[in-house]
Amino acid sequence: MMGKKDSKKDDESGGSNPFRHLEKAAVLQETRTFNETPINAKKCCLILTKILYMINQGEHLAPTEATQAFFAMTKLFQSKDVMLRRMLYLCIKEMANIANDVIIVTSSLTKDMTGKEDIYRGPAIRALCRITDNTMLQSIERYMKQAIVDKSPSVSSAALVSSLHLMKQGPEVVKRWVNEVSEAVNSDNVMVQYHALGLLYQIKKNDKLAITKLVSKFSKSSLRSPFAYCFLIRVAARQLEEEKDGFDKTLFDFVESCLRHKSEMVIYEAASAIVSLRCTTSKELVSAIGVLQLLCNSPKPSLRYAAVKTLNKISISHPAAVTACNIDLENLITDQNRSIATLAITTLLKTGNESGVDRLMKQIATFMSEISDEFKIVVVEAIQSLCSKFPRKHNVMMTFLASMLREDGGFEYKKAIVNTIIVIIEENPEAREIGLSHLCEFIEDCEFLPLATRILHLLGREGPRTTTPAKYIRYIYNRVILESAEVRAAAVSALAKFGASSDDLLPSILVLLNRSKLDEDDEVRDRATFFYDILSQNDKALSSAYILNTLNVSPVSLERALLQYNQHVTEKPFDIKVVPTIEVEIHKPSGETLLPSSTKPTEKPTASRQDLYMEQLSAIPEFAHLGPLFKSSSPVELTEPETEYNVKCIKHTFTNYIVFQFDCLNTLNDQLLEDVVVKLDTADGYEIISYKQCAKLPYNTLGIAYTLVKIPDDPSQVVATFGCNMKFKVKDCDPNTGEPDNEEGYEDEYGLENVEINVSDHVQKVLKPNFGASWEEVGDANELEDTYALSMPSLEEAIKNIIQFMGLQPCERSERAPEGKNSHVLLLAGIYRGGHDVLVRAKLAFNDGGVAMQLTIRSSDSIVPQVIAQAVG
Amino acid sequence: MGGFMSLFSNWFGSKERRILILGLDGAGKTTILYRLQVGEVVTTIPTIGFNVETVTYKNLKFQVWDLGGQTSIRPYWRCYYSNTDAIIYVVDSMDRDRIGISKTELFAMLEEDELKNAVLCVFANKQDIEGAMTAAEVANSLGLPSLKNRKYQIFKTSAIKGTGLDEAMEWLANSLQK
Repeated sequence: MMGKKDSKKDDESGGSNPFRHLEKAAVLQETRTFNETPINAKKCCLILTKILYMINQGEHLAPTEATQAFFAMTKLFQSKDVMLRRMLYLCIKEMANIANDVIIVTSSLTKDMTGKEDIYRGPAIRALCRITDNTMLQSIERYMKQAIVDKSPSVSSAALVSSLHLMKQGPEVVKRWVNEVSEAVNSDNVMVQYHALGLLYQIKKNDKLAITKLVSKFSKSSLRSPFAYCFLIRVAARQLEEEKDGFDKTLFDFVESCLRHKSEMVIYEAASAIVSLRCTTSKELVSAIGVLQLLCNSPKPSLRYAAVKTLNKISISHPAAVTACNIDLENLITDQNRSIATLAITTLLKTGNESGVDRLMKQIATFMSEISDEFKIVVVEAIQSLCSKFPRKHNVMMTFLASMLREDGGFEYKKAIVNTIIVIIEENPEAREIGLSHLCEFIEDCEFLPLATRILHLLGREGPRTTTPAKYIRYIYNRVILESAEVRAAAVSALAKFGASSDDLLPSILVLLNRSKLDEDDEVRDRATFFYDILSQNDKALSSAYILNTLNVSPVSLERALLQYNQHVTEKPFDIKVVPTIEVEIHKPSGETLLPSSTKPTEKPTASRQDLYMEQLSAIPEFAHLGPLFKSSSPVELTEPETEYNVKCIKHTFTNYIVFQFDCLNTLNDQLLEDVVVKLDTADGYEIISYKQCAKLPYNTLGIAYTLVKIPDDPSQVVATFGCNMKFKVKDCDPNTGEPDNEEGYEDEYGLENVEINVSDHVQKVLKPNFGASWEEVGDANELEDTYALSMPSLEEAIKNIIQFMGLQPCERSERAPEGKNSHVLLLAGIYRGGHDVLVRAKLAFNDGGVAMQLTIRSSDSIVPQVIAQAVG
Repeated sequence: MGGFMSLFSNWFGSKERRILILGLDGAGKTTILYRLQVGEVVTTIPTIGFNVETVTYKNLKFQVWDLGGQTSIRPYWRCYYSNTDAIIYVVDSMDRDRIGISKTELFAMLEEDELKNAVLCVFANKQDIEGAMTAAEVANSLGLPSLKNRKYQIFKTSAIKGTGLDEAMEWLANSLQK
């Protein structure tokens, strides 16, 4: 990093770069020199250098001018000058994708790569592979095969690495060279061995079995190259990671054995692989951590850096193991290398105890200004995890973060700080006011628009609930006066929220909004006018619906619905209820990562999952009349793992129907299934309308069958259990080709686990940022109140279960029960099928061995509260 | 006198003469090039692009460009015309079917301005094979007699056997020295 900075300075000090003022036209003109005979090698070298420089500076060459220069360049092949020839190779590579008809140098390069001059051969291979497209690849195949097994290491390596690049465009041809590549793996040269192994892996990587064989083969016959060893460790680690169940002992043993290799690089790679594996147990960790500990004390800075960086990475997932290295890390705090010191301190912060925090923070403050943004972000992340671990330390942290905010820094760095402060505010109510005031100060002079708008949004949400909301108004209104349109718009929205939440402030807010009605920007003016009118009505329900709690629809669906609406001439107003709501992205406090994620791989819910399903279903004519999709459940396994057939069920809820989507996978390679259908036993008033079969289910290809059921007319009847049976026709087939042996199949069926429809399938989670306002807005017209005694061991357990059964969204962060208290109020919100708001307030009290709950449910529909209550009943 | 001449050309003849070897694919251009350069028959594959070598004949240096003859590569010939002193045009004397195409390519090339002053030397190649066209047949099929304002000569050659090449080079050397 330092080196880079220095060279930059040199550039700026000027004069030293002779190519600074190159003109494209002039350089292209100069290429005419190439046509002269005899060739002036020195002069031509300089011109080629200029071309290279220009291309690397991002200068755009049009295909015609590039082609012209390229053909002039080809004349240089007549020169025997070594320097010139090598420059020529470089230029050919750079221009391969810019100029046309570059294959004109094919013969010349093939001659050089097979010639006697070793110094030409490697570069010629690399240049040749660049200019060769898929159609021409076969014509050079013979030469490539020879080069791969050439006895000169530089030639062999050049051919291997070039082949690796060729894999991207013509994998079929390169795969034919597997014998030559395997031979090259046995090379005595460390570089050739490494490159050959890399290519061999690329050739075989889609074949799991072959890769396992590859690893076990080379782990036995000892490789000479430490690079190859490192590569093999990575392959083994990836293989271990991908195996879902079943843990391959031999693979792991190989990685483990590398901990005792004589090369430090291999030792580190093995240790790093072991600690990063998800399946590693604490017992297996011990030796790997031991190695890292050893490396922490190495005289080589690179090894110390690698070791401490790895320890830092795993300090969250394996805190106990890292603690064992605490003494070594303490020694690194004062390391000469600031990067190592930073990593050591932040690791200690993550694993250490509360008493050490102040000391470490002080230490890091001494050199904060000396480290780069990248490492500052590491520090910020450490602070964030520290704050959730020791909430009482928030004062120290906040002060530290605030001072960091005031310093210079890039966007990523500032974003990390702001994120951390926001997380702290959300997790720790005590830190709210101080955090907000730091942020207010920050936006007074903030050059990053996204951060300013984000903070303004946060102020609008959190500010009104503080003890003195009025003090934030000044900060926000300053933005309206001083900033660009984007920020002004966000500030206007934030002001409106203060007005909607506080009667005292309302008159002043109205005055401020009134001024913005004359803003020069359309969006700002629109917002101000809209909010002003809403607030002037002085109607709580209105303010709540349009200012405090905004739309929860997916933008993609909204766009599609509006487009559809516009295509038909209609008198009816647009109904926002036809737009599916999006599931609230569940905010996971970073503390949760403390738990090892051994249970299941975290499935990332993409925002548009529902949109995808919607599109998929609306493409099926049978389901076209069902109306908008209300909710899709997450997939439920209906089969045991490792069985012949694998079936997952996804429930799609519509206003009056439910579509069961069965994702079926046939894991038998000697069977072809046809006409696959999942039959349901009718239950509890649900009526089965139709089945849509999956016509063909070949081996290892996902097939989808659907079953459509109608929800009972009786609105209180929602819960049901269906017996499931998969029926199909089996045709035995050849495992290799997948062709059925004969046309005659036989009928068969396969029992699946029951499918259940719960209350939560009828409810979509919706976050109400201001629950109180919504509660008043819905009113008590359809209120239902009841008391229950739940046999739960703790408040947390009760909260978790209630949320799960009801399928509603916890609001105001009420899903987190305060520690050491015996009572709690849980607030939940959502939308019931058909578009009715549902709000739940559950007052919970814990007393020895049980939880008492007073449940109050409000809804805009009279039946809905009873249905929701069923969930706990 | 001859000794004096060769000394003279060593001092002042350092400028290489530029020769293009052209002709349809499979005529034997690359084989001729390497026969001239190293005096041996090398195994060749169809030339994609070009080969360029320096050939020394009787103290004269020739820079010889052998351009690929495949249909797809012929359009690029023109990129190498400038500063050419002589053209060796190679014809496969067994290929009676394509002699017409060969003629068309030859005349198209000779029309180029940049080749206005280049000497033309036609090789009726593959004379070692029984039933090959004679030099006269080739000359007539190519329409050489109709050429005007062009110094040219035709030779019957066999690149494999090495016959006829010496005579041709001798003629070229003489023509280019004047």
